Amino acid sequence: MKADQTLDCMGLYCPIPIIKTAEKIKQLKRGEVLEVVADDKGVKQDMQAWCEATEHEFLGVEGDSGEVRVYVKKTHD
Amino acid sequence: MAEKEKLSIVMFSGDLDRALAGFMLATTGASMGMEVKMFFTFWGLNIIKKNEGGIRSKGLVKKMLNFMNRGGSKRLKMSKFHMLGLGTGMMKGLMKEVKMPSIDEFIAMAKDMGVKLLACSTSCGIMGIPEDSFRSEVDSIVGAAYFLGEARQSKVSLFI
Repeated sequence: MKADQTLDCMGLYCPIPIIKTAEKIKQLKRGEVLEVVADDKGVKQDMQAWCEATEHEFLGVEGDSGEVRVYVKKTHD
Repeated sequence: MAEKEKLSIVMFSGDLDRALAGFMLATTGASMGMEVKMFFTFWGLNIIKKNEGGIRSKGLVKKMLNFMNRGGSKRLKMSKFHMLGLGTGMMKGLMKEVKMPSIDEFIAMAKDMGVKLLACSTSCGIMGIPEDSFRSEVDSIVGAAYFLGEARQSKVSLFI
């Protein structure tokens, strides 16, 4: 999937990838896509829940547990 | 988004592990757009005491208590395997390996994200802890009614 920006969260555990995502998303423009690369096993469900709570769009997951790529579309400021 | 959902957390324990759990949930809640308030009471007050200087309390019993129960983020112990500091030190090492923030870093992050830190007035009174014993990040000293007022409006309320 194509992304406008990437956030490297390899080696980091919950909740740091989520907190970094919340910080990073502020730098994106509305409509842009953020790719988060992580190896924390919880990141798929966590990011989905985070998107539901913050009303950003969860676009999906690529890769497996070794290196997961999750995609989030910024839908509002 | 509509009005922010609230998360209120009672931080009763002064154990390092529980303090970490509390800050993890507080910062995650804030990152999810929640309005977060943490109420520190009883042993939990140790988490937000300054690391340096003494606790200037009045009366022998309170002086003894605050000498033995000095507190401060750097003095917190794990609830298990403290082993005179060896176990706690090892756990801090493991956390550093995965770049997990320390309590001090969590406090700074939480404040940056708008989390409010509140100390319980009754515990401060009973234990003889003056207001200047707390770090500057603490927002105010409040009572049980204020907490319940917040908890009533909160979507999530936790006791740690």
